[in-house]
Amino acid sequence: MQTKSILLLIGGALGLFVLGLLVPEWLSYLMIIAMGKGIVVLGVVLLMRAGLVSFGQGLYYCIGAYVAGTLTQFAGISDVLLILLASIAASVLVAALVGLLLCRYRGIFFAMFSMAFSMILYGLLVRSSVLGSTDGFNVLRPSLLGWVPSDDASSDLVLAVAVVMVMILGSLMWLYFRSLSGYAGEAVRENEIRVEYLGTSVFRIIYTKYLIAAALAGIGGTVTALVSGHVDPEMAYWTTSGEFVFIALMGGTSHVAAPMVGAGLFELLRTYAFAIAPYTWQMILGSTLLLIIIFLPSGLWSLVSRFSRQARG
Amino acid sequence: MTRHVGRAELSLCSLLRAFGAKVWDVVMTQLLAIIIDGVVYASWLFIIAAGLTLIYGVMRILNMAHGSFYAIGAYAGAGMVGWYFSTGSVPWLSFAVLIGAALIAGLFIGLLIERGLLRFMYGRNEVVMILVTYAILLILEDAIKLIWGVEPYFAYQPYSLLGRTKLAGLSFANYDFMLIVVSTLIGLALWYGLNRTRNGKLLRVVIHDREIAQALGINVSRIFTITFLIGAGLGALAGALTAPGLSVVPGIGIEVIVLAFAVVVIGGLGSVSGALVGALIVGLARAAAVHLYPEVELFVIYAVMGLVLAIRPQGLFAVASARKI
Amino acid sequence: MSALLETRNLERSFGAVTAAVDINVSINAGEVVGVIGSNGAGKTTFINMVTGYLKPSAGEILVDGRSIVGLQPRAVVRAGVGRSFQVAQLFPELSVLDNVLVALGLSVDRKLTLLRPLHSQKRRRKALEILAEYEIAGHADEVVATLPQGVRKLLDIAMAMLSSPRLMLLDEPTSGVAIEDKFALMETVMNRVRKSNAATLFVEHDMDVVQRYADRVLAFYDGRILADGTTAKVLSDPKVQELVVGHHLDIEVDSADAYESTVVPMEVRNA
Ligand SMILES: Nc1ncnc2c1ncn2[C@@H]1O[C@H](COP(=O)(O)OP(=O)(O)OP(=O)(O)O)[C@@H](O)[C@H]1O
Ligand SMILES: [Mg+2]
Repeated sequence: MQTKSILLLIGGALGLFVLGLLVPEWLSYLMIIAMGKGIVVLGVVLLMRAGLVSFGQGLYYCIGAYVAGTLTQFAGISDVLLILLASIAASVLVAALVGLLLCRYRGIFFAMFSMAFSMILYGLLVRSSVLGSTDGFNVLRPSLLGWVPSDDASSDLVLAVAVVMVMILGSLMWLYFRSLSGYAGEAVRENEIRVEYLGTSVFRIIYTKYLIAAALAGIGGTVTALVSGHVDPEMAYWTTSGEFVFIALMGGTSHVAAPMVGAGLFELLRTYAFAIAPYTWQMILGSTLLLIIIFLPSGLWSLVSRFSRQARG
Repeated sequence: MTRHVGRAELSLCSLLRAFGAKVWDVVMTQLLAIIIDGVVYASWLFIIAAGLTLIYGVMRILNMAHGSFYAIGAYAGAGMVGWYFSTGSVPWLSFAVLIGAALIAGLFIGLLIERGLLRFMYGRNEVVMILVTYAILLILEDAIKLIWGVEPYFAYQPYSLLGRTKLAGLSFANYDFMLIVVSTLIGLALWYGLNRTRNGKLLRVVIHDREIAQALGINVSRIFTITFLIGAGLGALAGALTAPGLSVVPGIGIEVIVLAFAVVVIGGLGSVSGALVGALIVGLARAAAVHLYPEVELFVIYAVMGLVLAIRPQGLFAVASARKI
Repeated sequence: MSALLETRNLERSFGAVTAAVDINVSINAGEVVGVIGSNGAGKTTFINMVTGYLKPSAGEILVDGRSIVGLQPRAVVRAGVGRSFQVAQLFPELSVLDNVLVALGLSVDRKLTLLRPLHSQKRRRKALEILAEYEIAGHADEVVATLPQGVRKLLDIAMAMLSSPRLMLLDEPTSGVAIEDKFALMETVMNRVRKSNAATLFVEHDMDVVQRYADRVLAFYDGRILADGTTAKVLSDPKVQELVVGHHLDIEVDSADAYESTVVPMEVRNA
């Protein structure tokens, strides 16, 4: 059973990696971006399951990206693993501070304050000329354990990193969602008073989830920065966080695969929308969001589970 | 001091005095500039924030699309003013054109959204309503681009029309002073409307307790519509009033909504007087940053907000309440 | 030896409303105390203060002689004081079984295991056993939001009892339950509580239920304790009958003076 699922995971990862190599370059690029965002959305979903909508995951997304940027560009560190570790550390550190203030709030307050915190970073970045102000700066190519890939192989390395991250984090979150800690989120969403009277700190539950979500967003930001080779303050702007919320709602919160599928669809949709009708992208987003809220409140994944339930009889 | 003051000492004293006077001058000028800029900025913020907080107070909807009302007001006003001056009519009437165009556009779009969409969603969770209004914001963002294009609009004429005033060696635009007056008038009108008129009292009943309001037979649905229209109108008005001072470009609505939000939370969500205080705090803080340390301009606003919340989580003018169990 | 629970001059007001004044209560191990009082008398406020949900405006609350004022509910629970709620506090969108599983995890295991699945054969069996003790195992797979009142109340109490409190405060365990089912419910609950040896305090409006289960009664009136004593004595107290019960009760008591006092108010009222 255990070995079977591990084999399945490795198989899936290999399949995804090979697929990324086979498809045209633009599609491969899009796949990696979607995976990066999917990881961020995994964190958004984690919070949503606890009843919290974060409009500020862009904060950690941006931190993860800028860590990758500064390390490669200014510190001469290009090792992917080091970069990822540093991103996680930086995101979690900031989240540990911000979370102390933020995790006291619920509902619209949590949503808006998380947004405000990401705007603080945005405000700092657009004015810091060292980091390229509004233009941002370029991220240099990563290496792995001393291996410095050639120009062509570089994007393959990033692809591999993205695939491995998605698989590992996806499985961990899958396990997490079914554990007591995962259910504790639902418990908090459903009834905080009961949780407190069970002898458990609601704050601690939420705070932990907030830290995990921040780490995920940091990793996602790093992946995105590595594949796009560029970072800018826009990553911390609240509309970026809005996109993550959109993807989470579109995919649904019931399965770890939903954010990935959602992110993939989102990126595809965006690519075509820009190509076909340039000034309608946000309009499409907005209308889709409305339709989802009205007709499909548990997201697209609910369609998948509904069909599989029907198929089973 | 002794009577026998040496020349060197004398000149040192006068030097110090001169230096002091100079510093004093600079500080006072800075202070004046900060205060006036801060109050101007606060006036603008208050007009936007008042609409946002009023809608929340009455309807429990934190309306993200408020940013769009602002942008629509700015575009409608700037567009009409540009056209008006191209006809070569009386310049002074451009103010009426500016405000009239914005109000008509704002009220129209407000009515459309409230009657066409929001009213079917009343009673939903507040977070869901944020998402709904976020969707509306996205849609309106592109609608604005489709209607007005992506080129910037300028409506500087009303701004330069009023001229400038010199004060302590600094030059201020009279238009900005007018902004303070208009904002004060709006504040007074809101205060009067809420406290002295029958409808305002009904509104306050709804703010206080919706169930009691319904039980008393107050037509809550109509109050919602009116409130939303007032809010949308205020948003559009704020847009129109800023349009002459800057170039109207895509994305201004998205920028403004987070700012307005910071203002209303500092004051306490749903409180109009809170919005006034919040606007003053944010306005002065920002002006101070701009004059003293421009790098932190945006940062300062949210830092102030964070500070207020750390001390008083529910904002300055709202009361926290525990759930009854 | 200090009492299990002791409150001294407990006080609480909400704006102009005074919900508790001069509350001096002492409960010893093994006692079963009924609490009566009309709506708004301050019964729930008392429980809220004792369990840390509301902070008293003044006064002391001691558990085993140690002050617990200012502790959060979770700390009070860990100190051995459990409570149920007037309106059952459950996880409405989860199934009954999941409610218990989560509650077991949060209150007994107390380890937020990151990756071990919540559902396991062993835990499931344990949860079903617990449900069986409250005679609601048949509802295990139903979603809480669809449950009848009585089941909710039982589940609420079952979840509170998981941490094996030494003092259990039941806030109207039978509210919202049909009259004919009240005794059955109380029977289940009291059996379970007796088995755990917990001292119990229950708020109840039905005097028959109070008489049947309480050894001692506290009568609340307008934020004060009007009477405190054996069930027979308090229920036969004329003041209590007039202000709390609202009508005459036929109390079968041995004590003659208690009997006398039950007659007096009737005479007064008829006069
Ligand atoms: N959180 C609160 N905020 C304001 N007032 C409150 C609050 N909780 C209780 N009160 C008031 O305190 C008084 C006592 O209320 P409490 O709930 O303790 O009464 P009770 O005896 O439990 O009544 P019931 O039998 O209706 O449950 C009432 O007047 C009530 O309105
Ligand atoms: Mg009560």
